[in-house]
Amino acid sequence: MSVIIILLGASLLVAIFFLAAFIWSVRNGQFEDNFSPAHRVLFETKPAETSTCKSGNACTNINCKSRICKN
Amino acid sequence: MATTTVIPDTRLQCTHCGEDCPDDKIVLETNHFCCEGCKLVYEILNENGLCDYYTLNNNPGQSQRIPVRKDKFAFLDDRKIQQQLIQFQDDNQTHITFYIPHIHCSSCLWLLENLHRLDAGVQRVTVNFSRKETFIVFRQQETTLRRIAEILTSIGYEPYISLQDLGQKKPRIQRDLVYRLGVAGFCFGNIMLLSFPEYFSSYGYSDEKMNHLFRWMNLTLSLPVFFYSAQVFFRSAWGGIKTGFLNIDVPIVLAIIVTFIRSLTDVFSGAGAGYFDSMTGIVFFMLIGRILQDKTYQGLSFDRDYTAYFPIAVSVLKSGEEIPTALPDIRTNDTLLIHNQELIPADGILVKGNAVIDYSFVTGEAVPVHKNTGEIVYAGGKQLEGNIEILTIKEVAQSYLTSLWNRDELRSPEEKAPSFIHMLSRYFTWVVLSVAVIAATYWWANDPSRIWPAVTAVLIIACPCALLLAASFTNGHILRILSRQHLYLRNADAIERLAAIDHIVFDKTGTLTGKAKATISYEGDTLSPEKLIAIGTLAAQSSHPLSKMVAAFCGKDERLPVRNFRSIEANGISGWVEYNFIQLGNATFTGAVNKPHTDGSTVYVTIDGQPAGRFIIRHQYREGIQELLQQLQQRYKLSLLSGDNDAEGNYLQQIMGPGASLHFAQQPADKLNYVITLQRQGHHVLMIGDGLNDAGALKQSDVGISLTESSNNFTPASDGILEAAQLVQLPRLIRTCTNNRRIIIITFIISLLYNFIGLFFAVQGILSPLTAAILMPASSISIVLLTYALSEWMNRS
Repeated sequence: MSVIIILLGASLLVAIFFLAAFIWSVRNGQFEDNFSPAHRVLFETKPAETSTCKSGNACTNINCKSRICKN
Repeated sequence: MATTTVIPDTRLQCTHCGEDCPDDKIVLETNHFCCEGCKLVYEILNENGLCDYYTLNNNPGQSQRIPVRKDKFAFLDDRKIQQQLIQFQDDNQTHITFYIPHIHCSSCLWLLENLHRLDAGVQRVTVNFSRKETFIVFRQQETTLRRIAEILTSIGYEPYISLQDLGQKKPRIQRDLVYRLGVAGFCFGNIMLLSFPEYFSSYGYSDEKMNHLFRWMNLTLSLPVFFYSAQVFFRSAWGGIKTGFLNIDVPIVLAIIVTFIRSLTDVFSGAGAGYFDSMTGIVFFMLIGRILQDKTYQGLSFDRDYTAYFPIAVSVLKSGEEIPTALPDIRTNDTLLIHNQELIPADGILVKGNAVIDYSFVTGEAVPVHKNTGEIVYAGGKQLEGNIEILTIKEVAQSYLTSLWNRDELRSPEEKAPSFIHMLSRYFTWVVLSVAVIAATYWWANDPSRIWPAVTAVLIIACPCALLLAASFTNGHILRILSRQHLYLRNADAIERLAAIDHIVFDKTGTLTGKAKATISYEGDTLSPEKLIAIGTLAAQSSHPLSKMVAAFCGKDERLPVRNFRSIEANGISGWVEYNFIQLGNATFTGAVNKPHTDGSTVYVTIDGQPAGRFIIRHQYREGIQELLQQLQQRYKLSLLSGDNDAEGNYLQQIMGPGASLHFAQQPADKLNYVITLQRQGHHVLMIGDGLNDAGALKQSDVGISLTESSNNFTPASDGILEAAQLVQLPRLIRTCTNNRRIIIITFIISLLYNFIGLFFAVQGILSPLTAAILMPASSISIVLLTYALSEWMNRS
């Protein structure tokens, strides 16, 4: 029967692990906003189009009329 | 008498905001726009390859018809103001959270989180959708706070920065209960598992050594529940006892403590396994109920005071320069420059400019007022035309509006009556105690050794936790059902108070009438279409709100020449249109006979010196208001408090019924006093209003509900926020609240049945842990399910 004691210890450890995971996820704010994360994963990151200036590079685009880019 | 509603009649939809376009002149590629502002946003996004914004959702933007002043965010360059807004700053980066009311869809999320493509200094943007906040991390060497705010504004996401943001830290969300629930759930589950051998021990599946171990493990696991999770109830019960009020948590805490002590003695003496499973189970279920009931609406705020409306800073003129100054730093005798569409933050004397001030927020008076130089302007009004300068005579904290807010009676709201649940639990407690005493006397006479097990078992089994569960779960469900119908209540107490009301007080402007829509009609001499157009063309020259309505009503022809145009403040306008001299304005200005007792605002017309007639502008009542009021007057007393004049009194009396009392020209303080008078007469008052002028009355009334046109709008402090379109559903919403009490009582009676079964075993002193372990979760779960089913069924549409 002593094997039960080992199993008992193991099952408690697993349960404690899940409790810790739960507390961590609450502390991490995972339950605060249930809209953004669900939608964020669906957004694609398209490569920026060439017609826009990228900051940090010298702007070579003569057609650029951007109000934002200061390069 | 012609009546038309002033709505632009077009079919083109703006690509950016979805509003109707006035004409088809503002075009870019194949997209139409309602205004230059919307077009500009589109251009910016287009240039930066951010047009996915428009593909994720249709017309996700906000109308940009009212342009934002260029230097509006100049105050963000001020170090002192910056420091109070910024959350964190080191050598490299700065963290800031902006509240952006417009956040409403996935397009917003996408665009805001791609902000770094518009400003390379931005490192990271995280949107919290439910709180409508954006958390921005940026490098202060590459960009500034002001620039970020301006870029956000340029793409239609103007951050809302108010006086409330100054120095105040927002309260963090209550996570404490969730942690407690997690711990209780963990312990409850494991104790249940470890109790199984004990349940079946009588069937011969037991091992003495193992049972011993299991009992001690159960005891260990119950400690965190007793000392940590259940503290919420201990604290509340202690608070109740201290104030001499026996609330429902007192008998519950008594049951928890008795169960715990009984279980401890059982385990220590080796007499049995105790009732750890039942005890932890009760705590677990009650915590769920409490969390469900206390769930708040993050996106809404029920506690706004004037600081949420006031800007954070205003331009002070010092030796000809505009210096952005934080509001608390404004002193008397400062000269403030109030820009177009800005709020006047402090009482002052108008020294320069054409003041057309919209006080609808403060007084409820719908028509803007003109002020002449030298007159006093009060804080809270919004300047509508051009810039003005005022010399402050009072500091912000002492202004009329502010002092209204700081009135003493509002600071200490009277004790609201305790919930009927507490009353019910009190009877319940006495009954339980007498049953325990009777059982004790009986066993004292017959078999004294069974006194202790019998009495403790009675107290354990008869814990009113079922009542508390029934109440908290039903409250939670009802709050959710109400929110589906767009009534968001502050807390569960409000449900009960709303069910008990017998007198409804309405505000007029913005509540019974819609905010934007107005009807305009003309009465007098018949006008030829040419004359009508001429009047409209003249009216179009002025930007006064009434002139604009007249212009929209009459139509205009831009080719008609207007000569000698004159605009006399607070009086009217005049000018030659083609061959007619036209005057528009009040009776003294136009020389017309002033006819009192007209409905709404009146604009008189004179053509070539001859009075022709007048335009009457009425605010339009919300759709279905008449039916609503007729339905309500059968069950409730109705009152109307209006800041407006009594022009529409007859009509209102007619639709509100002869029993209704109508009060006009009410100052905010009058409204508050009226509610107090009603309460002194023993009425339970529901106040429905919308503006700052109703704030005192909303707060004083038993239930104050503020109306909002969209959930982005700002509402004064109240017990509930109702979407304006749902106002006609009011009787149904109140009925839902009345059902709340019924459901609690039904489920409570059913839970009593469980208690009787348990008591049957308990008084005999033969309550086995197995019976308790089955009875307790079975009763809790069935009550939880029942409250859900009943709430949904009784409030089905």
